[in-house]
Amino acid sequence: MPDTAMTDAPPLAAAPASAAVPALSVQDLTVQLFRRDAPIAAVNGVSFSLARGETLTILGESGSGKSVTLKTMMGLLPARARIGGTVRLNGRSLLDLPAAELARLRGRRISMVFQEPMSALDPVYTIGAQIAEAIVRHEGIGRAQAMARAQALLERVRIPSAARRLRNYPHEMSGGMRQRAMIALALACSPDVLLADEPTTALDVTVQIQILLLLRQLQEEMGMAMVFVTHDMGVAAEISDRVAVMYAGRFVETGSARQVIRTPGHPYTAGLLASTVHGGQRGGVLEAIQGAPPDLAALPAGCAFAPRCRFAEPDCTTTAPPTVARDGGGMVRCPRAAVPA
Amino acid sequence: MSATAISTDLPLDPRDRGGAAQPLLTVEGLRKHFPIHGGLLGRRRATVHAVDDVSFFVRKGETLGIVGESGCGKSTTARLLMRLIEPDAGNVVFDGETVGSRTGIDVTAMRRQMQMVFQDSYTSLNPRMTIGESIAYAPRIHGLAAAAATARANLLLEQVGLNPGQFARRYPHELSGGQRQRVNIARALALDPRLVILDEAVSALDKSVEAQVLNLLSDLKQRLHLTYLFISHDLNVVEFISDRVLVMYLGQVVETGPVETIYARPRHPYTRALFASKPTLDPDRRTLEPPLAGDPPNPIDPPSGCRFRTRCAFAVPACAETVPLLAPPQPGPSGRAPASPDDPLHLVACHRAVAQAGGEGLDA
Repeated sequence: MPDTAMTDAPPLAAAPASAAVPALSVQDLTVQLFRRDAPIAAVNGVSFSLARGETLTILGESGSGKSVTLKTMMGLLPARARIGGTVRLNGRSLLDLPAAELARLRGRRISMVFQEPMSALDPVYTIGAQIAEAIVRHEGIGRAQAMARAQALLERVRIPSAARRLRNYPHEMSGGMRQRAMIALALACSPDVLLADEPTTALDVTVQIQILLLLRQLQEEMGMAMVFVTHDMGVAAEISDRVAVMYAGRFVETGSARQVIRTPGHPYTAGLLASTVHGGQRGGVLEAIQGAPPDLAALPAGCAFAPRCRFAEPDCTTTAPPTVARDGGGMVRCPRAAVPA
Repeated sequence: MSATAISTDLPLDPRDRGGAAQPLLTVEGLRKHFPIHGGLLGRRRATVHAVDDVSFFVRKGETLGIVGESGCGKSTTARLLMRLIEPDAGNVVFDGETVGSRTGIDVTAMRRQMQMVFQDSYTSLNPRMTIGESIAYAPRIHGLAAAAATARANLLLEQVGLNPGQFARRYPHELSGGQRQRVNIARALALDPRLVILDEAVSALDKSVEAQVLNLLSDLKQRLHLTYLFISHDLNVVEFISDRVLVMYLGQVVETGPVETIYARPRHPYTRALFASKPTLDPDRRTLEPPLAGDPPNPIDPPSGCRFRTRCAFAVPACAETVPLLAPPQPGPSGRAPASPDDPLHLVACHRAVAQAGGEGLDA
């Protein structure tokens, strides 16, 4: 596989990749969105930090705030959104950057892969033109050179007959190929941080595993930090070093992928695992979590999961749950968590 | 569940025609091709082979799962069965009576006994009708008085776990996805059908909600003595809910059999690759190599012979020439019997399935 394009990128002046400075650090992030003037507490105090070469998976169901967290880092929220806390990319604060500054970083030091390549790619430009545009804009090199880089990128994400595919429009490609093209676009300028928002959810299972393995390999080769958002426990097991389980805008449990999947501490994580269907349960009754996620416009005072929790006690609904630390830097936000040593 | 267990459990349905041993649904040689027109004169340029010579049966009281990836024809099959689209060829026999033939039953009568639940819970409900009205609609059309139809809708809402007093007057947009799918299930049950086709019915739901709806489906099946045709791309869900399974690839059935057999000892190289592509749920045993390369080919003008041969590691020239037919897996060249010699329901469409049964490399 030709490996020229990614390595001969000009060295970037910004951001010394010092070992001490995490590639991405998020402190106490809060996001309030508005629906018909009513505030919605989408993200309610999220903190994490990610070293180069590390993959964090944010696991959660719809409405948990996982996608909003990613969009906040990319500056993609509506102008009315109220954002609190800090997001630092290589030590540099992102949330107070002027729009022009952020635009210079976006796509170059931090990029994003979306769930639906069909709506994320521009339908009226060829794949080659879209990738080359990003390279020309961020690195100021000539168009012909950028096209050559685009072709090398398509080869790198294993798109067969890359030279011909450069001239394809998005609608001329299959779902899996489009997703590869979007990954090539996101990686065009060798970003330090890749944000992936359910990039395999719309794909068939035989294609999904190809894309997961491709992302895992590229991330290792390029030493990127990756934040991967999914609702699928199996996908999380395949891709992550660390997992953060998100519920109602908060991380309720963090830990290594092994810890969270093998020995879940939070009742919500345990319930999610129990309701993840697998063959062993044939003919039985699934241990489903009862009820539905809370209304983000009217979150309960205490633990947001308490109304659905089998272990809830009166104080759960009134006071915010403490975090219980677990080995290796993880935590569980539940006073009744059975945290194994 | 075995065949005999099913047949003895069932109480006699007054609508039953052929007895418990007769399949509730038999499909023979079902085919649907969609022409693609183009150019100045609108001539036929290509043909989508959506469903090509598909045959199977569903026994009374069982759940038949259909799995496959996009473009394999599983949803087209469901629409053909419901006659939402007209088949080009093939017979559909419902409890011994051919659908749409002069001697059998007509489409309306068939639809009274066969109902469908779709993936998108929102677009399959009329946004201008309350939940209660939507469910009462079909019973009213079929002659029930307004008050009786409303009472029936309330009963159905209760059966799917929604409080009628709270939900009957609401509109679809006021419900969550899981609640709406419960409404769709209630509506499908409104005419007291014998067979329910569930086309990706839980696929759009969150995991915790999906588990609730799957439990509901199991519960309803037992209480109302239903038969399910469960279509899904989710291999785990199909394994959980089905008795037998049908694996489709590019418009054809490649393998079928009892769930235990297919999931433990798949014979077709595609079935094996499909199962091997499932994420492992174990961070210590991650997948190292993708079992298949590339996307499923387009069902427009599929490959000759075996349609899977272009992606198959075991393909030989013969695979391009003749279409493999569904047949029981044969003993291998070593003389070793296939893993399930007593299982007449296990069928596989592969020229090379013989060699594989002998344990040639694939038997990891």
